[in-house]
Amino acid sequence: MSGAVGREPVFPTRQSLGLMKAKLKGAEVGHSLLKRKSEALTKRFREITRRIDEAKQKMGRVMQIAAFSLAEVSYAVGGDIGYQIQESAKQARFRVRAKQENVSGVFLPQFESYTEEGVNDFGLTGLGKGGQQIQRCRETYARAVETLVELASLQTAFLILDEVIKVVNRRVNAIEHVIIPRTENTIKYINSELDELDREEFYRLKKVSNKKQRDNAAADAEILAARQKAAEKEAQNGTADTSTVTNNEPEATDVLGEQEDNDVIF
Amino acid sequence: MASAATYKDRQFLAVIGDEDSVTGLLLAGIGHVTNPPDAQRNFLVVDSKTETSEIERTFQSFTQERKDIAVVLINQHIAERIRHSVDTFTDPFPAVLEIPSKDHPYDPEKDSVLKRVRRLFGE
Repeated sequence: MSGAVGREPVFPTRQSLGLMKAKLKGAEVGHSLLKRKSEALTKRFREITRRIDEAKQKMGRVMQIAAFSLAEVSYAVGGDIGYQIQESAKQARFRVRAKQENVSGVFLPQFESYTEEGVNDFGLTGLGKGGQQIQRCRETYARAVETLVELASLQTAFLILDEVIKVVNRRVNAIEHVIIPRTENTIKYINSELDELDREEFYRLKKVSNKKQRDNAAADAEILAARQKAAEKEAQNGTADTSTVTNNEPEATDVLGEQEDNDVIF
Repeated sequence: MASAATYKDRQFLAVIGDEDSVTGLLLAGIGHVTNPPDAQRNFLVVDSKTETSEIERTFQSFTQERKDIAVVLINQHIAERIRHSVDTFTDPFPAVLEIPSKDHPYDPEKDSVLKRVRRLFGE
């Protein structure tokens, strides 16, 4: 699994290790925040769907009542008023305005109905007869439309929330399944590379000190051998002739100074 | 995401329905005709003689072209005739609302939004 997500293209240095650790921490914090946001939105979403269900049923009832009151009108007027009404409609009296509601960073619009004052297209409708029924019918339908507007804002909120929840969940999943494993992978990689470098360095130091030790030992052995040789020689000369010992000593002092003088030109 | 500009000036309701539904809703005062140069009504009366292509065209104009409509009300039995367009329209604005009509009782199973609700909760 962790092999599949790969790692960030970074150089394995201590600096990028620090960066990656900060990134991992940020990703974890972001993940928990987004998860909480998604939960809050889902809660809201469920509430809205429940209310939509209720409102749809209410709408069925309200529209039925409204249709009945319209039937009353056509009975009272004694004819079809549809055409007359369609022709006299000019300015909307019943309008909506959109408000915003903020749910954890998501703006949900809410329609609010209001009546534009001073607009009345149907002043003369039902002047002859049935005016009372028409008045009642208008009130009934106005209430019905209010229900419809409420339902419309619920529905809009539903659609927007649906979209937002999808986006948030996608982000949560991306962080959980891609970014965090990849960062962890990178940290692991950097750590292993740094360890490798450490081991190499340690091995190199060991090698160097080994070499030094060997060299020292060799030098010691040489000196020892030379001393031994000298001692043996001394012992031999000591038994054969003591005067050679006195001859030997100037030779040793020779090295320090006198022979050099031959090389010196000035 | 829906920015403020997309719904700030949406203030009308539009209706596509049979004569009774349209009459009733117009009585409530939602009817609006735009200013003369290109007078457009925000309602369409559909009867048995209305072509499906005309319903389709009106639906497209209410949902896509006009920017002043906040809610489109459409009778469910008419929505059935252009079911494909209604189902493919998923933008939040304008809100498309299927309403019952006098002689066609409301069937929640056919509602495009309720279908989505049901699908989401796996019922």
